[in-house]
Order: sequence, then C-alpha cells, then structure tokens
Amino acid sequence: MSISNTRLRLQAVSRHFGGLKVLQDVNLDIAQTGIFGLIGPNGAGKTTVFNLITGLLPPTSGRIEFNGQDLAGRKPHEITRLGIARTFQNIRIFKEMSLLENVMVGLHAQLHYGTLGLLTGSSLFRSEEKRGRDRARELLSWVKLDHKAADTADNLSYGDQRKLELARALATNPKLLLLDEPVAGMNSGEKVELMNEIRNISERGYAIFMIEHDMRFVMGLCSDIAVLNFGRIIARGTPDTIRRDPQVIEAYLGREDDEVTLDEEETTP
Amino acid sequence: MEWFNNFWAIYSNLVLTLGTNALLALSIYLTLSCGMLVISNAAFMGIGAYTSAILTINYSLPFVLVIGIGMGAPALMAFVIGKPTLRLSGVYLAMATLAFGEVVRIALLNAEFLTGGALGLNGIPQSTQWWHVVLALLLTLALLWRLRRSRVGRAFESIKEDETAAGLMGIDVASFKMLAFVLGAAIAGLAGALNAHLTFFISPGEYGFDRGVDILTMTVLGGVNSLTGPVVGAFILTLLPEMLRSFKDFRLVVNGFILVLIVLFLPKGIWDPARFRQWFDKKSDRA
Repeated sequence: MSISNTRLRLQAVSRHFGGLKVLQDVNLDIAQTGIFGLIGPNGAGKTTVFNLITGLLPPTSGRIEFNGQDLAGRKPHEITRLGIARTFQNIRIFKEMSLLENVMVGLHAQLHYGTLGLLTGSSLFRSEEKRGRDRARELLSWVKLDHKAADTADNLSYGDQRKLELARALATNPKLLLLDEPVAGMNSGEKVELMNEIRNISERGYAIFMIEHDMRFVMGLCSDIAVLNFGRIIARGTPDTIRRDPQVIEAYLGREDDEVTLDEEETTP
Repeated sequence: MEWFNNFWAIYSNLVLTLGTNALLALSIYLTLSCGMLVISNAAFMGIGAYTSAILTINYSLPFVLVIGIGMGAPALMAFVIGKPTLRLSGVYLAMATLAFGEVVRIALLNAEFLTGGALGLNGIPQSTQWWHVVLALLLTLALLWRLRRSRVGRAFESIKEDETAAGLMGIDVASFKMLAFVLGAAIAGLAGALNAHLTFFISPGEYGFDRGVDILTMTVLGGVNSLTGPVVGAFILTLLPEMLRSFKDFRLVVNGFILVLIVLFLPKGIWDPARFRQWFDKKSDRA
C-alpha cells in the first residue's frame, strides 16, 4: 500500500501493562476510504488499539501516524481535532443533556466566536450558534433521530443511544471514525438498521475502522479485515480469506486436540 | 419613607450580605458545573478581602481599582495552585483545595505586619454602596448566563458528565477546568472585596473551613442545575438564622434541622426545574 493511500498507520506498536503484554508489535495500515474491521476474541487487546490511537494511553513502543503525522505525545482533544473520532463499547453519551446539545458538544471546535462575541452575544455569536444547531439537526437526521432532538439523551433506547453517539462523533468532523463494538447488545432488527447507517456514512466519504465481535456484521460490512489474538495480528485480508484462515479458526473455535482431550475427560469415570 | 429609613438602618447589612453570599454561591456553582468539588472559595474570598482592604487603608487607591485587584489577586493565586491540583478529581481535589484554604487562613494569621494577625484589620472605610452589590450580582449573573448558553457552558457540562468523552469531542479539558476555577476565584474575590468594605472589620477566622462549608451548602441546597438555585440557596441560608431569632438558644438546632429536611426530601436542591416540570405535568394531567 502506498503512503498516499494510507490514512492511519501503526508501526510496531506495543503496549504493556506491567508484565502483561496486551499488544505486541502490531502493524496496521488503514486506507483513505472504506470500512476496515478488526476482530478477535475477548481480551485480545482490540479496545487498547483504540485507546492508543485516540491518545487515552501512550504506546509502550512503536509509532502511530495519521495522514503522515506522528501522534506521539498529543492529547486526546488534539487528536480529535486532527480528524479522528470514536465511539465507545459501553456507550458514553452525555445523559443529562438533550440530543441536540450532545451533538453540539461535538461541534465545539468548529464554532468560532471570540470571547468578546460570547460576552456581548454579538450577531457573529448568534449566527455561529445557529449554524451549529442546524448542523447538529442535520447530523441527527443522518441517524434518523432528528425528531427527538429536544429529548434528554437518558430517555433513549439502547439502540438510539448508540446512534446518537455516532452522530456526536461525526460532529467533530472526522476523517476517520473509530467504532468500538457498534452493535454490542443490540437485537437483530437494530443491527440491520445500524449496518445501513454505517454503510451510508461510509458512502459519504468517511473512513471507518471498527472493532466487532459479531462475525456476520463484520463480514457483511467490511472489505478488509484483520484478526487480533493475544495482542498480535494473526491474519489480514478479505472476508473470504479470513473465514478460511486456519489460525483464525483456531483462535475462535479452539484446536482439534483440545476437543479430543475434552472428550477423553468426559468419558473417564 | 420613614419606615424604609428605619428598616434600612437596621437591615442594610443583612440585605447587602444577601448579595455577597449570592456571589459566593455562584462562585462555587461555576466549579461544580464543571464537575469539580473545590472548597477553597472561602480562601479566595479572604485573599480578595485582605488585598482590597490593605490597598484601601495603606494606599487609598480608588474603589474601582481596589475591587479589580481584589478579583485579580485570587484569580492569579487560583491559576498558580490550579496547575498542580486540578489534575486531581473527586474527593482528592476537595482535600487539596481544603488544605490550601487552611494554608491561606494560617498565612493571614501569621503575616502580622501586613494583615494585623489574629486581631484582623480594623477601620476599613465603608465604600461599598448598595448599588455596587446589586451591580456586581447582576453582572456576574449575566456573565454566567451567557457562558451557560455557549460552547463554553456546553464544554463545562460535558466535562461534568464524562471527562474522557468530552476530551474526545475536541474539548481541551484541562484549560476549561482552569477557566472555571480561575473565574470562580475571581467572583469569590469580588464578594470578599465588597464584603470587606461593608463590614468595617475583617479577621482570618471569617475565611476558614466553616465559611467554605457554608458556601458549599448554599449552592448544594439551592440546586446546581440553574443559576437561580445558588442565589435562592444563598438567600435562604442568610435569612434563615435571622427568621429563627425567636427560638433563641435553639436557633442553630432548628436551622440545622431545616437543612437536613431539605437535603433529605429535595436531594437535587430547592430550585430544580425538572421537578417543577413534573409537578406542572401532574397538575395538567388531572385537569
């Protein structure tokens, strides 16, 4: 993959917590557009990858580049302003704010009125706030929540809360959207709905990098998939390659001789 | 008009204290609205009071300038101690700011050449007029109201709800916490400076732990979900002891009892718009 086509690059990234090596020598290149999926069993270190990219944790070693810029030492809000947004596995919306306010928080860095404008309530202040509200409504309409804009976020259903988080992440005007298990805990109807939303968002030109457990969901959405197991990338390729990879099958289903030993144990009296 | 003159002669001090206490309640509301439990506002008030009083007594500077410096000095102090302490959160931040408050009180007590030590400062000219207090309160309310309805207010609220998520929305969390802390200190300093030029006499004991807790109680009692809450809380806590004078020796007991009742039955404070809406809805349902 040529450099110009790479949106995000992880080079030999490792992260240790004390003696625990959560990520070891992870290399990943993510393209400018499209939906990329990272899968792996529980505890493989997937969320840690996101925490490193968004600056919540520093890597123990290695280098993370976004559009050719090194992310080392940057704070989360600086990384967001460079164009990376994320959602969380355990939804983290602002529950006591309205939907509109939630999305407007995401627009924070894009509303430009100086301190003076704010204090005097100048026409610049009013027009910028109005622009923010309009943009927030538009983003809510992308996830079909615009009719609930004035509701308190806490009253939303689980699926709607995920969609709100998505709209809020889009408000930061990202070039790359990180989705951490977007369909966790959803029923199949909600999953199909969200799959369509994500596809729509991707078609609007956002690069998407998602972590997911649900194989059918990932295989249906992503053209490019990597598999993480015990902190290492063990496979990378199209859904078909991944499905046939013996190492992946082993990571998800276990080895055949494991089953044999299990059978033996069961038969011994 | 005569009754008013009588009333004013007796109660002017109390009425103006309502104003300065409301300012103090708003100063701690600001940090609470940003999710920080800070208990050093009494100390900032003290810094404002002493700075302004010393300037008036020793250098007889114009009152406007004195008030300005009385706000600037605690704000600067807040900036300096905020750098290390605002990394803390929750009770640890409360402990650190509590300790800072004690340091200020003891410093005031021992810097006798400047502050008069335990004897305090006597004979501060009573330059504060009633309209100074009203103007200060109105300007502060206007400022906070504007902040609430802007990106700054949304940033504060998002930090209060989830600091990590706020940072990932592109909000510079550390800077906004500092802003809330410094601004809160300036408002507390304003209250201190006005109060010092109202009461003729100040001493270190007025700015200790008790005062810090009083300020916090006013705001929590009133409610932190709006600007009205802290003002209402300050008014109630200032007036309640006066209204209970007939209880004589039991006054403080009854005072405490009423506060306990309010906190038990109205945990979100007296002024809670959400609860008002609920009541209103219930009534309209019945109709």
